[in-house]
Amino acid sequence: MSGRRSERRLVPAYMATGGRAAPSRNTFDRLTLLSAAGGPLPGRLAPAQRRLAELVNGGPLSLAEAAAYLVLPVSVVRVLVADLVDLGVLHARAPVPRAEQHDPRLLERVLSGLRAIR
Amino acid sequence: MDSAPSDNAATYLGSNTQTLVKVLVAGPFGVGKTTFIRALSETAPLHTEETMTQASASVDSLIGVRDKVTTTVAMDFGRRTLTDDLVLYLFGTPGQRRFKPLWEDVSRGALGALVLVDTRRLGDSFEVIDLIEESGMPYAVAVNTFDDAPRHEPEVLRDHLDLDPRTPLVTCDARDAGSAVDALIALVTHLLTDPPDAAPEAVPDAAPEAGLPSGTATAGDGGR
Repeated sequence: MSGRRSERRLVPAYMATGGRAAPSRNTFDRLTLLSAAGGPLPGRLAPAQRRLAELVNGGPLSLAEAAAYLVLPVSVVRVLVADLVDLGVLHARAPVPRAEQHDPRLLERVLSGLRAIR
Repeated sequence: MDSAPSDNAATYLGSNTQTLVKVLVAGPFGVGKTTFIRALSETAPLHTEETMTQASASVDSLIGVRDKVTTTVAMDFGRRTLTDDLVLYLFGTPGQRRFKPLWEDVSRGALGALVLVDTRRLGDSFEVIDLIEESGMPYAVAVNTFDDAPRHEPEVLRDHLDLDPRTPLVTCDARDAGSAVDALIALVTHLLTDPPDAAPEAVPDAAPEAGLPSGTATAGDGGR
């Protein structure tokens, strides 16, 4: 947040992950809900990991929003999220809680929410 | 692309946020996807930059030449908090078949898609509608009413776009939040009344169980 350039990055995006292309698990969606686990950050985070951890320390965000704010590709942020979850720094939750996934009431809630903002 | 909001403070989600749902706003370039998202979003639209690496599809004869093409695509999206714990995300999604891997990734878990159409360039929308139908995702079509665009009767548009009679067709002004919300309401109403598994392609007119006789009457006047 402090005067970072918004221009072309000098370091290729894949270097943010130390060259790894795939996350340690494959369950992160663009809308995976990220929140800070709390507690101090480990001292030995890579710069991109630290930027993501500090961003989410401010409050919950979707993975896509984190990617947009960090100006990193979604694929890279997936790897970083997996790292930080493994390190106990971040919580990552499915966008739709399991109990709601096949619940038609979810659509009804969306519909009434839309009617309310109309 | 140079408007990356990286220097702005992030707009965080509320601490009670439980459920994040997604709707695709699909259509060809210039049809008003970002305008639509901006009209509804509580934050300035954000974007992610996606790097697409494609194996060369049709130029295999150029052996020894680079066999991969890398393209960067900016994907706009926005969000709107509906209730304390429920947030709707709108993802602008390009309609070209060459972005299909990206399409598949973005559409995972989406409730459905709103296809924006410009009547001056109807043909540009065929590809995106084909893609959506192949994916099996439910959708509604919203005609973005550009001032100088020709107005067509809904039946004519339906015919041109080869729409299923149950697919909602509405008009909207993508600049106007109320109009954009109405288009989404038409989509979500469709999702509720015509669940996709109730309408598999080859089944001849499965009886409308829930008794809500919406389907075929939704054409035309949903916009404002």
